[in-house]
This record gives sequence, C-alpha cells and structure tokens, in this order.
Amino acid sequence: MQRIGVFVCHCGTNIAATVDVKAVAEALSHEPGVVISQEYQYMCSEAGQNLVKDAIKEYGLTGVVVCSCSPRMHENTFRKAAAAAGLNPYLVEIANIREQCSWIHKEIATATEKAVILGKAAVAKVHLNTPLTAGESPVAKRALVIGGGIAGIQTALDIAEAGFEVDIVEKEATIGGKMAQIDKTFPTLDCAACILTPKMVEASQNEKITIHSYSEVSAVKGFVGNFTATIKKKKRFVDETKCTGCGLCTEACPMKKVPNAFNLGLNNRSAIYIPFAQAVPKVATIDPNYCLKLRKGDVNDKVCGKCAEACTVGAINYHQQDEYIEQKYGAIVVATGFNPIKLDKYDEFAYNQCPDVVTSLELERLMNAAGPNGGTLLRPSDKTHPHKIVFVQCVGSRCDDSKGKPYCSKICCMYTAKHAMLIREKYPDTEVYVFYIDVRTPGKNFDEFYRRAVEQYNVHYIKGMVGKVTPKADGTIDVQASDLLSNEQLHIDADMVVLATAIEPDQTARPLATMLTTQMDTNDFFTEAHAKLRPVESATAGIFLSGACQGPKDIPETVAQASAAASKAIGLLVKDSITCNPCVAHSNELMCNGCSACEKVCPYGAITYQDKEFRMPDRTIAIRRVAGVNPAVCQGCGACTVACPSGAMDLNGFSNSQIMAEVDAICK
Amino acid sequence: MNNNLKEQVLRSSGVNVLKCMRCGKCSGTCPSYDEMEYHPHQFVYMVEKGDIETLMNSKSIYKCLTCFACVDRCPRNVEPAKVVEAVRLATIRKQGNNHLIADNIPEMLDEDLPQQAIVTAFRKYTK
Repeated sequence: MQRIGVFVCHCGTNIAATVDVKAVAEALSHEPGVVISQEYQYMCSEAGQNLVKDAIKEYGLTGVVVCSCSPRMHENTFRKAAAAAGLNPYLVEIANIREQCSWIHKEIATATEKAVILGKAAVAKVHLNTPLTAGESPVAKRALVIGGGIAGIQTALDIAEAGFEVDIVEKEATIGGKMAQIDKTFPTLDCAACILTPKMVEASQNEKITIHSYSEVSAVKGFVGNFTATIKKKKRFVDETKCTGCGLCTEACPMKKVPNAFNLGLNNRSAIYIPFAQAVPKVATIDPNYCLKLRKGDVNDKVCGKCAEACTVGAINYHQQDEYIEQKYGAIVVATGFNPIKLDKYDEFAYNQCPDVVTSLELERLMNAAGPNGGTLLRPSDKTHPHKIVFVQCVGSRCDDSKGKPYCSKICCMYTAKHAMLIREKYPDTEVYVFYIDVRTPGKNFDEFYRRAVEQYNVHYIKGMVGKVTPKADGTIDVQASDLLSNEQLHIDADMVVLATAIEPDQTARPLATMLTTQMDTNDFFTEAHAKLRPVESATAGIFLSGACQGPKDIPETVAQASAAASKAIGLLVKDSITCNPCVAHSNELMCNGCSACEKVCPYGAITYQDKEFRMPDRTIAIRRVAGVNPAVCQGCGACTVACPSGAMDLNGFSNSQIMAEVDAICK
Repeated sequence: MNNNLKEQVLRSSGVNVLKCMRCGKCSGTCPSYDEMEYHPHQFVYMVEKGDIETLMNSKSIYKCLTCFACVDRCPRNVEPAKVVEAVRLATIRKQGNNHLIADNIPEMLDEDLPQQAIVTAFRKYTK
C-alpha cells in the first residue's frame, strides 16, 4: 500500500492570494494513499523542507507530492530533501500550482479547483513512480568558444588560464570582432586597438588555445560534458602554416578594387588580403568573388597568379578545399556578437542616397588612424572637412515591432557622446548637434562623461528627433528636426549626418541556436537560463552565453559576462563526470517490432537496432531485430515513446501508464 | 479635461496615444509645422491629457495636410495624423447644433440630390 504525503506551498501570496491552499490540502487528503496533507507558507525554505523530511520519516512515506512553483524552479530542492530523509528522489512529484495556476487565474474559486485537479494528477502519477538511480557520464576536458570577438577572446583566455584546452571558432579571417573596428572606447577614451590587440596576441600565443579563423561550426551533437562539434575550416586558398603575413601578395595582387569589409566599404583592398595590420592569425586570405584566377573557374588556367609568384614561402594554394575537423567538447560558449541593422527601411535619413550620411560604426573607421583617411575626419563624398555634424540617436531602436527593434541598443548614447567630444577636441571649429529622445547613461562614470561633452566641449544636445534628411545640390545636407523644449522645428545645414544605428544579433545566431537546441527571444538574442540568477547559462546544460549574443552590451559588461561564462564552463570542466538524468527511454524487446520509427525521430542518436535471439512459444529460436537505447546519450525527450506504434518504448519517470494515470485523474 | 470627448477621439481615431515615447519625430517631419499653433506631438500629448477642446478651437486642425508623413515615420506607430483627423471630426460633429431636423428632411428631397448625401449631412450636422 502506498503512503503518500502532500505538501501545499503558499509561496507567500504568490499562490495563496489566488488559491485557497487550505482547501487544496484538505481536498487532496482524501485521495487514495494520501496519509498526510499539509500546507506551509514557504515550502522551499529550510523549515518547509524539514516538514517534508520529518513526514517521510514519521509516516514512512513512499511518495511525495509538492504543490508549488514550476519543477524547473524547485524540483531539485525537494528531490534533495527527500534523498536526505532516505526516500528515492524520483519518488517526488511537483504539481505546478503557481505558473500554471495562481499566476494565470484571477478568481479564487476556479484557481482552487484547478489546483486540486493538478494535485490529484500528481498523486495519481506518484502512485506509479519507481525508484530511479542516476548514472554518470564523463566530461570531455575541452571547451569550444563560438565567436572570436572580445567576448570570445576573454572567455577563451580565462578557460585556458584554468588549464583547459579551448578552441575559438571565428567566421572572419581574423579574431577581434567589432572591437577591432572601434577607434576609442568610452568613458576613458583609451584606444580600442591598444587594449584589444595584446589580448588577441595573448590568445594566439597561449598553448591551450587553438584559433580556427575563417571557420564555422557546421554541426553539434551530444550533450553536456560530451558534445561533438564539426568545424568547417573554409578554404582561404592560403596555407596557414606557411604564410608569414608579410603582405607581398597583397601588393602584387592586381585586383585592387574590392570593397574593404573591415573599413565597412569606405575604401578598397586587394582580392588577396589581410584584414588589418594587427590581424590574428596574420595570414592572407583570397576572396574568391574578386580573385581573377578563382573567378575564371579553372584554376589551372594561366590567368594572373601574381600572388603565388610574389609569395616567397609558397603558401598560396589555389586548389585548397574546405576542411572539416571533428572534436569532442565538455562545454560550449556562444559569443556570436552583434551587427548594426540595415537601414533600408529608413528612407527619411537618406542613408542610401548620400555618402555623407554614415552609421556610427562607419564614423569609427573614418576617425581611426588605421582607417581610410588615416585618422583625419573627412566627408566620404568630397574628402573635405565637415564643419557641422548632426548626430541622430535611436535610429531603429525603441521602435514598434513593425518599424524596427523594440529594445534600447544601450551603447549608442555613450558612443555618440564620445564621438561628439572627440570631434570637438580635434576640430574645435566644427559644430556638433546631437538629437536625443533620452540620454541614457547608467554606468560608472558614464553620466559624468556625457555632461563633459555638454559642459566642457559645448556639444549641442537637442531634445527631439530628426524627421527628414535631404541632401542638397550644393553638397550640404538639410536636417529637419524638432526641438521639443523650445517647441520649434529646426533646419540645420549640415556637412555630415551620423546615425546611431540599432544593433541586432549576428545572422549566424539563429541557425546556431537550432544546432545547439538553445532558446532565443523574438529578437534572436539568446535566452539565459534565468534572467536574474543564471545570466550566463543557457537553458540547455553545458551551453554558456558570452557578450552581446545575449543582449546589447558595452565592452566592460561584455568582458564581465565573458569571464562569468568562462567560470561557469570551468566549473563544469573540472568535474571528471556528471550525474546523468535517469529519466531515459528503454525498449521492451518483446513488444518491439523492429520498425525503426524511434531511431528516425531520436534527435540524439541514442537508439540503435540489433538482431537478437528469442525463444518463441513453439520452443523454436527466432532472430528478431529490436531497438536498444544508450542511456548515456538519451536525453529523455520522449519523442520515441510517441513514435513507437507498438508501445514498446517507454520513458523512466514519465511512463505511458503514468501519463495516462494523470490524464484519468484530470478527467475524473 | 473632457473624458467624453477624449473617449470619442480615441475611438474614432483608433490610436493608442500611450504608445508615444515623446521623441518628436512627427513634428520633426511635419511639412505644415510652421502653420500650426499646436504641432503633431502636442496633439498626441494633449489628447492623452484630455485637453481636446483647446485643440478643437485651434485652426491647427485645418492646417494638417493629412500627408501621413508622421504616420509613416513614427517609430512607435502612434499615427498622429489620425488623431488630428479625429479632433477635426469631433469639431465637425459638434458644429451645427441640429442644423438638420429630421422632420424637415422630406421637404429637402430632390430628384437630383442623392439620398446618401442627405443621410451623410444628417449624420454630420445633427447632435
């Protein structure tokens, strides 16, 4: 005979304000097998857990039902409490009467009725629970970091520091990411390259770190502690091991009119290129879309070949093919970063019409000493000094969903203040206007920085938004905007307009999330496991989040999160083995008809078929093809139990009979 | 503050004025700005406050070109021009004080005049 204890939690007023918890406890006390039914204010507190533990000992409970919050929140807490009192932890069931009941209902009567039904279902299920024992699986002592910007570099350095092997996979020809393109950094105005490039070098020289540049993750299989990733090293037509980065090939290349992606197309480069002087790895890459030889289609043709002639070490290889590497990892850190959005939808700012309307990232390149103008700020159209510059904030940020991004891009207020200040410092004869909706400066020394731009550098901050930008025949730009405080419409005759463009997650993020079975929000930012308490972990075990792939962030925040993600990954990698989930599938070989339906739906490749000998009723021996589950690989998703036509597949802890018992209890 | 008028303007415009984030882009883009005593962003804010009668008594409601530049460019999709139109409509409906009396309509029937015009006029010029 089962002896079941029911424990109903008030969760303060979270549950008790909408659910009559006393009535729930009373109703459930009459369920078959229930020997004790109690309610308490905070069941997850130590006193609450002691109620459970004491009842297990006192009543010799064979099953426990806790009516409380979601099992995602506290199932583990109560399982541990049960285990401490000597009850198998898998004999504990949670009835979610908070997220699925009290939070979504308003009327006490209906919420209470539903809570009772959810409790009854859990009691019915726990009747059929069986003790389960968790197995263990080994942890591969190697981490994969996807993305080689400042977030990925910092995460990799920290993991390597702890003594573990790390691979960085970067899709571009060099690591460094967006920070490498930035000129100066707020609020201290130190140069980005001066603080980033030493870290890039450190990463390349660290024995524990392997950098796969110009590479992509093409497949990921497995689970926490035991991932297998396939890395595609894209053909760059240059042997990385031979190339010394001398740059002779780039000089020899006759195809010089390739838009320079690193400078955002503001100047040109050659078809064979090294992205920038401090690139890591400093290896040349041929752009096959522009290379005269590769575009020809037949590499054996005698076209061009100037780079191969110039190369003194014979590193050029026109026959190079994509290479695939397979590697085992214990932990994966996503650091795919961000991009500015495309401005095609915002015709009013004339971005596509006028070369002197630029994005803020383009301005970074225009002001950078290594940029297209060698650090002198010139208008892209006629290479003259601009004397009046208008900055527009919130371009594409804080919009209705139909108009742009609904979120604040967070970094624009500060970098605009930085740009305004730097321009006023270097070119005091230039007037700078900033149109803002709000100036958002939460951060250490941030508001002081913005005030300096206004008070010391006399940047004109105007509360209002630019409505229309019109390039004029004389080369200037008419900026029509509202000044809300003086309640007038302004027309500014500007030489340049800079748009603080909203940022969005990199396009590679969504396919990657599918590959990793991690969650994203509607804006394609990766979702953290808990918004407040687990900010650097994804909801999928073993996948961690670093930097702007999780939400807009400035550099200090990105570095902080990168190190936090590293410490979480290290916490996993130091373990020799991790406890597996015992709620895995198993097949009843006598019922299995060998149809392979389960094998086809299994997302983890946990099911294999083998031929086995069976004794038949007529005492003959028959060989039948039956399914078997590898419990170390199975993640307990249950897809096979649904697919199985003969009912041979069943899931521990969520057996078909348990689910049916729950349904029966609900329908009763 | 006139809650009935506010309700009427909100209902007939179909605009949720609370979506406004006070950026002023509508007034930044308005080609009729200098002609108007109250500007598009003020329309939205004054309707939110319920200060409709001031708007109804202002010539601004006839200065709006209904070019919909503000509707097109509003980042929050507030649609200020529809608010202006709704205030204009409230004014038109208010005017008249029963210029048309139902009993007089049969006399006005004319073969050349579509009946629809009379119905429309009746709707507009009757309290």
